[in-house]
Amino acid sequence: MTIVESRPVTAPVRPRVLTHLDRLEAEAIHILREAVAEAENPVMLYSIGKDSSVMLHLARKAFYPSSLPFPLLHVDTTWKFRAMYELRDRVAATDGVELIVHRNPDAVAAGINPFDNGSAVHTDIWKTEGLKQALDEHHFDVAFGGARRDEEASRAKERVFSIRSAEHRWDPKRQRPELWNLYNTRLMRGESVRVFPLSNWTELDVWLYVHREHIDVVPLYFAAPRPVVRRDGVLIMVDDDRFRLEPGETPEILHVRFRTLGCYPLTGGIESSATDLESVIGEMIASTTSERQGRVIDFDGSGSMERKKREGYF
Amino acid sequence: MAPTTPVRSAAEATDAADLDAFLAEHQRRSTLRFITCGSVDDGKSTLIGRLLYEANLVLDDQLRTLEVDSRKLGTRGADLDFALLVDGLQAEREQGITIDVAYRFFSTATRQFIVADTPGHVQYTRNMATGASTADLAVILVDATKGVLAQTRRHTHLVALMGIDQVVLAVNKLDLVDYDQAVFETLTDDYTAFASSVGIDAVTPIPLSAVAGVNLTTPSGHTPWYVGPTLLDALESAPTAALACDGPLRLPVQWVNRPDAGFRGFAGQLVSGTVAPGDEVVVLPSGERSVIDRVVTADGDLQVAVTGEAVTVTLTDEVDVSRGDVISAPGERATVSDRFAAHLVWMAEKPLVPGRRYRAKIGTATVGATIALPLRTLDVEHLDLVSADTLALNDIGEVEVVLDTPVAFDRYRDVRGLGGFILIDRMTNDTVAAGMVDAPLESRGNIHWQHLEVDRDARAELMGHASAVVWMTGLSGAGKSTIANVVERKLHARGVHTFLLDGDNLRHGLCRDLGFSAADRAENIRRAGDVASLLHQAGLVVIAAFISPYAAERAAVREKFVPGEYFEVFVDTPLQVASERDPKGLYARARSGALTGFTGVDAPYEAPERPELRIATTDTSPEAAADAVIALLERDGILTR
Ligand SMILES: Nc1nc2c(ncn2[C@@H]2O[C@H](COP(=O)(O)OP(=O)(O)O)[C@@H](O)[C@H]2O)c(=O)[nH]1
Repeated sequence: MTIVESRPVTAPVRPRVLTHLDRLEAEAIHILREAVAEAENPVMLYSIGKDSSVMLHLARKAFYPSSLPFPLLHVDTTWKFRAMYELRDRVAATDGVELIVHRNPDAVAAGINPFDNGSAVHTDIWKTEGLKQALDEHHFDVAFGGARRDEEASRAKERVFSIRSAEHRWDPKRQRPELWNLYNTRLMRGESVRVFPLSNWTELDVWLYVHREHIDVVPLYFAAPRPVVRRDGVLIMVDDDRFRLEPGETPEILHVRFRTLGCYPLTGGIESSATDLESVIGEMIASTTSERQGRVIDFDGSGSMERKKREGYF
Repeated sequence: MAPTTPVRSAAEATDAADLDAFLAEHQRRSTLRFITCGSVDDGKSTLIGRLLYEANLVLDDQLRTLEVDSRKLGTRGADLDFALLVDGLQAEREQGITIDVAYRFFSTATRQFIVADTPGHVQYTRNMATGASTADLAVILVDATKGVLAQTRRHTHLVALMGIDQVVLAVNKLDLVDYDQAVFETLTDDYTAFASSVGIDAVTPIPLSAVAGVNLTTPSGHTPWYVGPTLLDALESAPTAALACDGPLRLPVQWVNRPDAGFRGFAGQLVSGTVAPGDEVVVLPSGERSVIDRVVTADGDLQVAVTGEAVTVTLTDEVDVSRGDVISAPGERATVSDRFAAHLVWMAEKPLVPGRRYRAKIGTATVGATIALPLRTLDVEHLDLVSADTLALNDIGEVEVVLDTPVAFDRYRDVRGLGGFILIDRMTNDTVAAGMVDAPLESRGNIHWQHLEVDRDARAELMGHASAVVWMTGLSGAGKSTIANVVERKLHARGVHTFLLDGDNLRHGLCRDLGFSAADRAENIRRAGDVASLLHQAGLVVIAAFISPYAAERAAVREKFVPGEYFEVFVDTPLQVASERDPKGLYARARSGALTGFTGVDAPYEAPERPELRIATTDTSPEAAADAVIALLERDGILTR
């Protein structure tokens, strides 16, 4: 009989009733473990945004004290904000993290960029094609993603375990009903599955959890003076000297922050004075409370896509 | 790694106190998951849309869109049509997805809501069961002008079956009956009587008008006679029953955590009870006892973990624990058996085949499972059970489930997290059914496998060759028996000990009680497979000739053997050719209707995808075909050349 040395009890006795965030956390950890227990070769898609940061944090918790039982995969476009690369490299340097960076060699060779090729082609070749290449090359059968059902209307019916064919196609008819917390993880030869542990989180939940757990996120989410140009009513940050100014265009310095992060020439910022986490949460609550009536309520449902559109998310 | 996320210092902002209050409050918020059910046109979309509007959850720009759309598409004349708030989005959402539950999220100051919204049409069962499986409460809509309908009773019955014990009865369209108290009360009495007959006693009836916004979020002057809660009040104050901690400890083990030799933790989500260091536990199904040493989380050890938490525990003894086991309270332990009675909700287009092996996932264990005959299915008209021989899409059945090996489980009504299960098709991997354990049945576990001292190797030595099974599948008239006979004759001439198992012959004896339904065919092949396995153990080269039309049953037979001793031979003859040959005149009889369920005519044949050998009989003689089979046995070392 071996008795493992006990560590001192450091955490406070939890309240008897789990809060909303506690339940979301437990659900996500359950999903992560379930996928890993049944996967042959799992990977976590790491896009450096707040959702990825939260998902990575949850994964550390799920497998503690073991280190992460899978690598992180960043499908790079070479056009992310510099601050994103900084966070990514900091994360990659932490213990137990193995980061795979994939850049589509065809896109590298062709010099695909948002200015010459437009956002659709740029995104398709770097991200969509790049992701398929990376998954095929490493034979990953399970890929965790940080998508949430509240992000847009079309995701309200997405499954937590979403099956893809050998060609990475999503077939609506083959998606399985999901009951209780019993996920059917079985795959046919060549198939893979995208797993979304944050399916039931809203944008506000993500921020409240970042706050509660002190999670490191890219500083671009907080307002600061930044050089931007205004195009079609959208504020685009001039993050490096590859940015092509149009004739007569000069960057101005404005207090901006970003609600979502992607390739910097394709991501719109909003003017804001919210320079820290609490005030960002404060702005979110304010923007969703209508003046019409009394009750203080926040809405984080299907409307968020509308808001994103207003704020220049491409 | 130094976190760079800036966190405000208290002095910095003027409204910091408000914000902190909000954050503190949000940390204490609870969750209510509910499902909405109603027949088409009861006003479900209008109700949800209006609730969001009344509760200030609709943004200004959405409202502007709604105004425009209401004039264009609305059913309410000059007024806003709130259904468009929900349906407008739904149009985008459909995208050809047939099975569907849409999840919506909203919150108030005290609670976060997750709504499973399911379409109300007749094919509701699969979607409602899915939505209800995680719900704490159901909102059931009725149209005040129509009263309690058959559909309302069916929805309520299913809600009860899925273990939801609280219902908000939303009596809608009261504006159309002049907010008449008598209408509301008659309807309510009618409903509560039915609900309690299916075991739901907590019913909160609310008089509503979705279009007029009556009693959704504020009490209304239209219903001075009503003193109960508004819809939102009812949702905010309903108990979230799913997290009661007073049940017995159940921790299904998901994953064994072994960072190094010094640590061995068992990770899982507590589906019932609490767990604390020092607790005595029993590991099931093995029955080994131990004591909880630590409850480990990344934030530090816990003194106690409660139902719903995802934890990692360590034990004081080195007992054998793996994924699928359940760490259980020793006093009130989960049942261990390989048989139980259950309700099934069938969710696949392809009907249930009794006797076929599916996979059952229960807790974190996945095991082979078959559904035994007889079974009973729910007649949704009268809500009573009638005997049946299969279950089709959206059917609810009462069945007996037989597992390959015993696992730990509970009755669904006692522990949802260890009494609910899903069935998975072994060929397509689809989730084909959801099940709820009603009661354990006595295990057949007292019949032990008798160990035989003379084993197969010993027999093979005596025989002078290894044993094997050649399984021939194909249409009736494909040439299976012909080829099988030639193979046997040739092997016999070489001194090989053989036995030919023929489908027709078996049906004269061992299988004479079986017909040709899918279930009987499954049972026929199961028996044939078992006999082949016994003869194989006896040291023979078995040649089996069976139509065996279903891939699932062939796969089940294959699983009885290890690779290298089982050879599937697909006798591939086009239907056209086989039916022209028609050696026994069966095709003619099937086409004339004298014979039903005939493979190739009105029953399917699922061609093997990866047989060990495929013989195209249209350009191969029986002699050549037999030689190809023998060559295969030589190649794999069953026979020496
Ligand atoms: N008079 C009246 N009509 C209603 C009420 N609620 C819904 N309706 C109408 O009933 C019809 C069906 O409503 P809808 O919300 O689309 O029903 P669903 O099929 O259950 O989603 C529409 O014409 C609505 O305007 C109500 O409270 N009173």
